[in-house]
Amino acid sequence: MDLNTITEVVRRPPGRPGTEWREGDAWLAGGTWLYSTEQPDLRRLIDLTALRWEPLVVTEVALEIGATCTIHDLYAFPWPQEWTAGILFRQSCEAFLSSFKVWNAATVGGNICMSLPAGPMITLTVAMEARYELWAADGSIRFVDALDFVTGDHRNILAPGEILRRIVVPRHALRRRTAHRRFTLTRLGRSTVFLVGTQRPGGGDLLLTVTAGTTRPVRIAFDRLPDARTVRRHIDAVPDDVWFADPNGTPDHRRHLTRHFAEEIRRELTAGDLA
Amino acid sequence: MSYLVNGRGFDREPAPGQCLRTFLRELGHFGVKKGCDAGDCGACTVWLDGAPVHSCITPAFRADGREVTTIEGLGRPGAPHPMQRQFEDAPGFQCGFCTAGMIMTSATFTEEQKADLPRALKGNLCRCTGYRAIEDAVKGVGAVETAAPGKAVGTSVGAPAGHDVVTGHAEFTLDTHIDGMLHLKVLHSPHAHARIRSIDKSAALAVPGVHRVYTWQDVPRRRFTTAIHTDHLVDPDDTCILDDTVRFAGQRVAAVLADTVGAAEEGCRRLVVEYDVLPAVFDPEAAMADGAPQLHGSHDPFVRDPAHNILIELHSHIGDVDEGFAAADVIHEGTYFSPRVQHAHLETHGAIAWMQDGRLNVRTSSQSPSIAKVKLEYLFALRPDQVRVFCKRVGGGFGGKQDVIAEDLVALATLDTGRPACLEYTREEEFTTASPRHPMTLTVRLGAKADGTLTAFQMRNVSNTGAYGNHGGETLYAGGAAVMIYRCPNKKYDAYSVYTNTVPSGALRGYGMTQPAFAVESAMDELARALHIDPLELRRRNIVRPGDPLVALHDGPDDVVFTEDGLAECIDLVGDALARTAGPPSLGPQWLVGVGVASSLHETAPPTEHLSEAWVTLGDDLIYELAVGTVEFGEGTSTAHVQIAADQLGTTPSRIRLVQSDTDRTGFDTGAFASAGLFVAGNAVQRAAGAVRDRILEFAARQTGVHVVLCTMDDDGVRCGDRRVSLAELVASARKRGIRFTAARKAYGSPRSVTSNTQGFRVAVHRVTGEIRILYSVQAADAGVIINPAQVRGQIEGGVAQGIGFALTENHHVDGNGVMVNPNLRNYRIPTYADIPRTEVLLVGSADSVGPVRAKGMAECCINPVAPALANAVHDATGVRFRALPLTPERIYGRLPAEQSVSAG
Repeated sequence: MDLNTITEVVRRPPGRPGTEWREGDAWLAGGTWLYSTEQPDLRRLIDLTALRWEPLVVTEVALEIGATCTIHDLYAFPWPQEWTAGILFRQSCEAFLSSFKVWNAATVGGNICMSLPAGPMITLTVAMEARYELWAADGSIRFVDALDFVTGDHRNILAPGEILRRIVVPRHALRRRTAHRRFTLTRLGRSTVFLVGTQRPGGGDLLLTVTAGTTRPVRIAFDRLPDARTVRRHIDAVPDDVWFADPNGTPDHRRHLTRHFAEEIRRELTAGDLA
Repeated sequence: MSYLVNGRGFDREPAPGQCLRTFLRELGHFGVKKGCDAGDCGACTVWLDGAPVHSCITPAFRADGREVTTIEGLGRPGAPHPMQRQFEDAPGFQCGFCTAGMIMTSATFTEEQKADLPRALKGNLCRCTGYRAIEDAVKGVGAVETAAPGKAVGTSVGAPAGHDVVTGHAEFTLDTHIDGMLHLKVLHSPHAHARIRSIDKSAALAVPGVHRVYTWQDVPRRRFTTAIHTDHLVDPDDTCILDDTVRFAGQRVAAVLADTVGAAEEGCRRLVVEYDVLPAVFDPEAAMADGAPQLHGSHDPFVRDPAHNILIELHSHIGDVDEGFAAADVIHEGTYFSPRVQHAHLETHGAIAWMQDGRLNVRTSSQSPSIAKVKLEYLFALRPDQVRVFCKRVGGGFGGKQDVIAEDLVALATLDTGRPACLEYTREEEFTTASPRHPMTLTVRLGAKADGTLTAFQMRNVSNTGAYGNHGGETLYAGGAAVMIYRCPNKKYDAYSVYTNTVPSGALRGYGMTQPAFAVESAMDELARALHIDPLELRRRNIVRPGDPLVALHDGPDDVVFTEDGLAECIDLVGDALARTAGPPSLGPQWLVGVGVASSLHETAPPTEHLSEAWVTLGDDLIYELAVGTVEFGEGTSTAHVQIAADQLGTTPSRIRLVQSDTDRTGFDTGAFASAGLFVAGNAVQRAAGAVRDRILEFAARQTGVHVVLCTMDDDGVRCGDRRVSLAELVASARKRGIRFTAARKAYGSPRSVTSNTQGFRVAVHRVTGEIRILYSVQAADAGVIINPAQVRGQIEGGVAQGIGFALTENHHVDGNGVMVNPNLRNYRIPTYADIPRTEVLLVGSADSVGPVRAKGMAECCINPVAPALANAVHDATGVRFRALPLTPERIYGRLPAEQSVSAG
């Protein structure tokens, strides 16, 4: 929709944006969320896509996803065969409520910074043990664990003027085995729960990521394959107020589904482990 | 910057925060539609360098230096793109408002995407079709046929506007540019109940571009009802254009008129309003209790008991239900709840007004320009000749446009300033302020003999009319349809329509019948279980049959005639279809499978006054001009009217030019609702066309000296015995004598016929998650003589799809303060392609209708049995009865039989 309070768009920001940050500013990436709802407090948009950050860079140690990488580019990314976890790229894109048309503009970083419980790029990067590179308005840089970035529904640790620059996925995470489960109240709808389990190639452990059903991502690491009772106990230990209430699910249903699907993931990875 | 749209360059600059959608429309590309303005519905889809995007969430400046393609640039009238042709031929549209987006999306599909349409089409919402027709269009399956002269009825001819719809040239309500047009935005109440103490306009008036701020002090102090009926006395006059008391969160507080939407929005933000917040009541039972907050005074004697917020009460008792229950072997009683749901027509409400030659002109998205005109005359004390109201094509209605909720403000602004004025609803305003379906709580008590014969039928209905009484009474009466469907000597119906501090309820497809049908058809299923009788068999034993009186609220003379057993045939067809498709469940042990059925029956026109007038004139161009007031919003009456006229005149639809829905150019028409567009207006069309045919034949007979009984219409001529005279000759000789072949005829909504249907579902319910999957859907319907098979099928499929949405996916969440939590299509989930199964449509060929060509309207009745059939199927699958809608997974999983799967944990 028209954002009628916007008086200026910075279409060619400096390569290291942030120093000019002022109240009423917003970073603009795809714009697919920003333009989807009223933004009466905004006055100026700063277009990050003009900086032409590399969308996907494979280094010796990691996959680096530029924050402005589109969902379309991530979906189309031809990951090397030995990245067994690469399938999660597509599965996470398919978890978007929005269609392939929106993927042409929406970005990985935009979805993370919006910090909605159902943001599938949050699920993906938390499950892949990614770290985020953040650029502060004062020029400093910090790295945070993806798990620690989202703090609640539509809330995260970004300071005013701070930017998510890139997502760094470590190579070891890309070589893990994966299993995922997702539930939606309508077919192909927005996630009620979205769970991902990963396991190192030789098996034996389980890293369980619980999202969408919780206001912030929850990641539970089991050094050894847990039994059903242990998984259940860890899920039951998630505080009551972390289970999310919104039109896409109730806290009780979400906890119930999480128990059910966590057990399915445990069994799937256990079965694979034995094979 | 430079913008290239459909190959043409523009050097105009968009505003900094402007989205591409409105920029393209400013440049004249009105084929780019707004359904949600939030990226959810896909109606605004265009291509950027060949890739489809939602233009409403695309910053306009991003199109700088890139090539934009809109529906108008994909193909041209006469030279459409293949996908446009496929949508015309399928036909893959009803109202046509989502069509441009559907085509711009589908035309980019790869073969892989065509093989996975649930995913490929998830970003495109259609509220009309139920998606089967869209799938056919995408796959190139066609149903449109060409009619031979005099053979249009029974042929699936295309809609008159079909080619314009698919090429993006069909004009909808706001698809126009008027120089100097001002824009209105409304400030809505944050409180569910409050008195407005003061409104400080000064800061708002200081905003550059703001012309006026209207408050309750600036409008005529004239109470009216927004509800559209011919007889305004069937609704209470309890509403003001702007009021000093607000009775629901979302109600208009003030309206700001400005040069631009942005300035009007800013004006609204700058208004300083002081409220005295009043206690609010949201539940109708609580509102009827002593001491409840009182919403309305006693302005209108229509209101039965203002102290208890009771708008209207109905009490009827036929026979003696106590005796009936005493005679029963089995008694079932249950209380059922049917919640608030929204039409979600893709085109939001909108209207434009301007002055021309001293007259007020209003272009609006209404289901009745004639009644909208009458209301504007009343509100602003205008003579009938001082007002014109008209509709272009309207983007869906479903009853939502049977209220005057936009026209009053634009008329106010234009009469005040003399300037053109526009009001366009946002999607959020649709949810928070436009009239949804009445929530109803219904207690049904049934008594039956062991053989299933009903001995007593009692119902108590508490309906939530919301803050105002529009449609509150008529929906209550309409509920009688669910009572009259079964024979029973003892019937009792008690009903209350109650004011609460919630959004005013209104008209919605299945008007007042869908909720009681859910209750009664669920109760009949429960009764059948208690009796150990097959639910279809229980219905067969009790349904009304030809010769039986239709008894709901009173036992006396009525104007409804039916002589064929259409409902029984529907029941048999569905029973056969369910038996034929029965097979072992294949989804796995986690899934519980069951079947359910439900029926409905209702009259083919409303019980209130319903009038329509049609004019037919043979022009010098040898085209018949058919003028009728009925609006086209996807219900397909335009196609049917043209077919009826063509048949009467022995010609083809290509020789009929339709003029419609314009109080300057057509006669009075109560409106397209209550299935009357076909039944009442269709009768007027048939009679007017028949009258012109008779005149032509009589003239030809005199001209040729052949007796008139030997003269017949023959497309562009008349066959008189063994001679043939062309229409051209007849018109020329008539013209010499000053004769024109023209006629007007009126029709009235009485006598009426009945239409009936039965829905069957086979569902699977996941015992752990609560997910419901529809494995099979079938509806049998008695639509009388079928005028247009493709359209009838489409209406039923669309009604079933909307019914599935209301029962399974749509959930109108309201918080503790009466504010809607999810007023958008992202979180109020109308069905997508992926949510809707194919529905097998079976038609009963009855001929007992007193409608045009013995047809019956079918757009409305089809929705009534959907929800109860689903609830009955879920009960059959799980053994658990759900008496409250919607049946969403989080509401049902906890009551399912204990599952084994997670017990391991």
